[in-house]
Amino acid sequence: MSTSLQRGITTLLAQIDAPVATFFSTCVHCGLCAESCLFYTETQDPKYTPIHKLEPMRRLWQQEYTFWGKLLKKVGLSKPVTDEELAEWEPLVYDSCTLCGRCSLACPVGNDITYMVRKMREGMVASGHAPEGLKGATQRAIEQGSPMGVNLKTLKAQIKHAEKETGLTVPLDVEGADYMMVLSSAEVADYPEIISAVTRIFKQADVSWTLASDGFEGTNSGIQIGSSDLAADILGRIVHAAERLKVKYVISPECGHAYTALRWEGPNLIGRPYPFQVIHIIELLDELRSSERLKTDSVDETRMTFHDPCQMVRRGGVIEQPRNLLKQVAPNFVEMPDAGVQNWCCGGGGGVSANHRAERLRIKVFSRKKSQLEAVDAKLLVTSCSNCRTMLLDGLELNRMDVEVIGLTELIADHLTDNAEGKAS
Amino acid sequence: MDQELLLWVRGTGLQIATAVFVLGMSYRVLHLLLLGRKPSLAVARGSEWAGGLRTMWQRSFMLPSLSGRGLFTVIAGYVFHVGFLITLFFLSQHIDLFRAVFGFGWPALPRGVIDIAAVLAIGAMVALLVHRFIDPVKRLLSGFEDFLTWTLSFLPLLTGFMLLRNIGFEYLTLLTLHIASVELLMVVAPFTKLAHMFTTFMARWYNGAVNGFKGINA
Amino acid sequence: MKEHETLEQRLHEQGVSRRSFLKFCAAMATMMALPPGSATAIAAVLAKVKRPSVIWLSFQECTGCTESLTRSHSPTLESLIFDMVSLDYHHTLQAASGHAAEQAREDAMKEFHGQYLLLVDGSIPLKDGGVYSTIAGRTNLDMLQEAAEGAAAIVAVGSCAAFGGLPNAQPNPTGAVAVSDIIKDKPIINISGCPPIPAVITGVLAHYLTFGALPALDDQGRPKAFYGETIHDRCYRRPFYDQGKFAKTFDDEGARNGWCLYELGCKGPTTHNACATTKWNGGAGFPIEAGHGCLGCSEPKFWDVGSFYTPLPAPAADVTAFAQAAALAGAAAAVVLSTADRAKQRRAQRTRQKLTVSDLKGE
Repeated sequence: MSTSLQRGITTLLAQIDAPVATFFSTCVHCGLCAESCLFYTETQDPKYTPIHKLEPMRRLWQQEYTFWGKLLKKVGLSKPVTDEELAEWEPLVYDSCTLCGRCSLACPVGNDITYMVRKMREGMVASGHAPEGLKGATQRAIEQGSPMGVNLKTLKAQIKHAEKETGLTVPLDVEGADYMMVLSSAEVADYPEIISAVTRIFKQADVSWTLASDGFEGTNSGIQIGSSDLAADILGRIVHAAERLKVKYVISPECGHAYTALRWEGPNLIGRPYPFQVIHIIELLDELRSSERLKTDSVDETRMTFHDPCQMVRRGGVIEQPRNLLKQVAPNFVEMPDAGVQNWCCGGGGGVSANHRAERLRIKVFSRKKSQLEAVDAKLLVTSCSNCRTMLLDGLELNRMDVEVIGLTELIADHLTDNAEGKAS
Repeated sequence: MDQELLLWVRGTGLQIATAVFVLGMSYRVLHLLLLGRKPSLAVARGSEWAGGLRTMWQRSFMLPSLSGRGLFTVIAGYVFHVGFLITLFFLSQHIDLFRAVFGFGWPALPRGVIDIAAVLAIGAMVALLVHRFIDPVKRLLSGFEDFLTWTLSFLPLLTGFMLLRNIGFEYLTLLTLHIASVELLMVVAPFTKLAHMFTTFMARWYNGAVNGFKGINA
Repeated sequence: MKEHETLEQRLHEQGVSRRSFLKFCAAMATMMALPPGSATAIAAVLAKVKRPSVIWLSFQECTGCTESLTRSHSPTLESLIFDMVSLDYHHTLQAASGHAAEQAREDAMKEFHGQYLLLVDGSIPLKDGGVYSTIAGRTNLDMLQEAAEGAAAIVAVGSCAAFGGLPNAQPNPTGAVAVSDIIKDKPIINISGCPPIPAVITGVLAHYLTFGALPALDDQGRPKAFYGETIHDRCYRRPFYDQGKFAKTFDDEGARNGWCLYELGCKGPTTHNACATTKWNGGAGFPIEAGHGCLGCSEPKFWDVGSFYTPLPAPAADVTAFAQAAALAGAAAAVVLSTADRAKQRRAQRTRQKLTVSDLKGE
């Protein structure tokens, strides 16, 4: 059976729970969520009002889960959700929402709108209304192991490169290691420096770690397209690898949705608790820093700022750690306006970056990040999500802004004490 | 209007309205709760309850950085809610009513304060209604229910103010209309978005609980 | 039967000076809010007009209305009522008794058929054939119908005659009703109050004699001149109401300061009467001045519209039991109805087909 309206509706019915019903019951149509949404503020188009993106799901809830709604449906007075309507809503649910979670903090009655969009996507993809780009990425993630098409061969090449650069061994498939490092596709493909960076940091901090040949890729397009089934498939590889290697911790990479998938959704996706713990690389670095296992001996005087990845900060709770690390190496670190939990999304999260149709809109709404950056006038933009990093680089280039972008782990690695042995030329 | 009609709204009418309100609200709240939610199997970084309770409380006091239309909504919304609650809970006559029902009361605010609160609340409501018509976002979100609930919330404020200030009609007429309008509001509230008077705290709890679980202090 | 002389002659006989008479006319004009020149006009008309025959029937009543008139401080304007009319029958006041008394009534009814004024105080019991109140073996209903037939107009004096009053209060064991519930084809003027203000009765009669017609009435059949405003509208404690200053008990600081009695159950805001302006006992005061809230005695059903000591907006019935029952009913409904909803949700969770990568390809 392929995707269909009925399948989508059944999926939505399965998704609607007490919080969703409560949120819909509580909405007073004040429109304040619009103000918190990048896609509304940068376009002023009312259709991008977050709660409006859920209209078909709201009607379904009303018709199926409320007393009056069921009554009206029985007498034929309600407008059923149609396939055409879901098709019309597809760009709203996918192109103009990065699951950044800002609306969920802005809603005065407390509705977690992002929670609902995530659930709505379950129904959308089951009804066949997911963007082609995201479908392709998810398909590649499942069939080839990575949405960007990187595979073990690519990884091995990057490991080799890193080993040559650092003069250290990058552990692969080491059973019984404490930590299993997971990477994002973008890191393997575009930012392999991260491998050298963690290798050196872990060497200095004497961390027992490994990569897994059958579970190195953390990017989870299944979460982004909104299919728990597919997300579980993708996540299953990491869980399997971690269990095979009997590690105590799995390290989430600098990748927002990978963190959400691994840390928060994972056990629910596979239906059981993990036998290991999940820690974000930045969380781990900050732990190493506070236990004085991670030492730096130089600073970078550049005026720099930090872009909070939504899934790590607002939806993930890793807020102070990146700042603690930055303070150690960046004396001229400045906060952007709205930094922290209220930070604005890069525009490409939640699968938007994989959705070609959304590209023009994504570039348009970068104006928010641009004005944030202009307000601090930084020369270096640090972040800790490789997808944000790509989106930022793209936006900066298109806007001809002279700002460098770097991952936080790399920045720290660049200032490690006693890294002579690790430093290649 | 006659005395018997007033007696009816104070007696049978009030009993019906109270019964519908309490029945509707207890149904609504419990029905929502009973739909359930799956507990997360992930390892918590913080407390659901701490986060939930914090958001229940803190979300009442937020003033995020907003543009003109958002700022208007927030300010007018505050003025309406605060004004409405002040007149509801701090007018001497209302406190007597609560004392009669609950067996205890509290000190009233001076009439001047009540008058100002009522006028501000009425003004804010009118402004919010106008904004609902002219603001593209609100226009998109609005439907019949929004205007119904606006009217039902507005009438008690208006008749109450007219009653206090002896405007327009006989006291008996206004008192009857005022009580009747409140009863109408009570009857309709549980089945419309006005249920947010209770469910907003549930919504905030669910929202805050997720954040609390993740250790996000927001 | 003595020829009915004019009021002027009658007053002269009684030794009332013309000066006093003019004062009375001026007072009537003022009370009824007539234009300034009216007093003289009233005096001129009243002086010449023949005193009308009045038959006063007392039914289910306490004689309070009559007391209100007769016990007023002498000499008062109110007492003049008995000089303005030829009171041909009033079984409490007349000297005659028994058959002689009834004969006087019948004579007056015959002689002044179509012209006499019928004043009624007390309600009329209808239950069980009206046996609960009879005069000379005749029921009140019978007597009222007979007397009303030849009356020019009927004045229902007091809340019992006007609205049924105390006898009509629940459970109304005698089936008491108001005059207007029985008589439909005569002009009826209600002078309500328990008792009514004497000057109001006088005023209405003066108006009737002067203009030959009943004054303008409100929707309860009461003369607007006296019942047009509420006690609250004209209450000297009104400023305290407007400031939100209320006595909370009858002996608290607020009560001593003379603050508004609203919260002690005063019915002034919903009661139409002239107490606050005409006052009682020769202008000595009215209930609120004595520190007690208005009972609302001039309004219909005033016995049955809640306690005298319950504030006007307070619940008139117990809501707590209703609320408790409703909370349980709501909870029960939620439990029952949500079973179906949860079943629907679980079924969807169970029957929903797992999404696979081939679904993405549309295979």
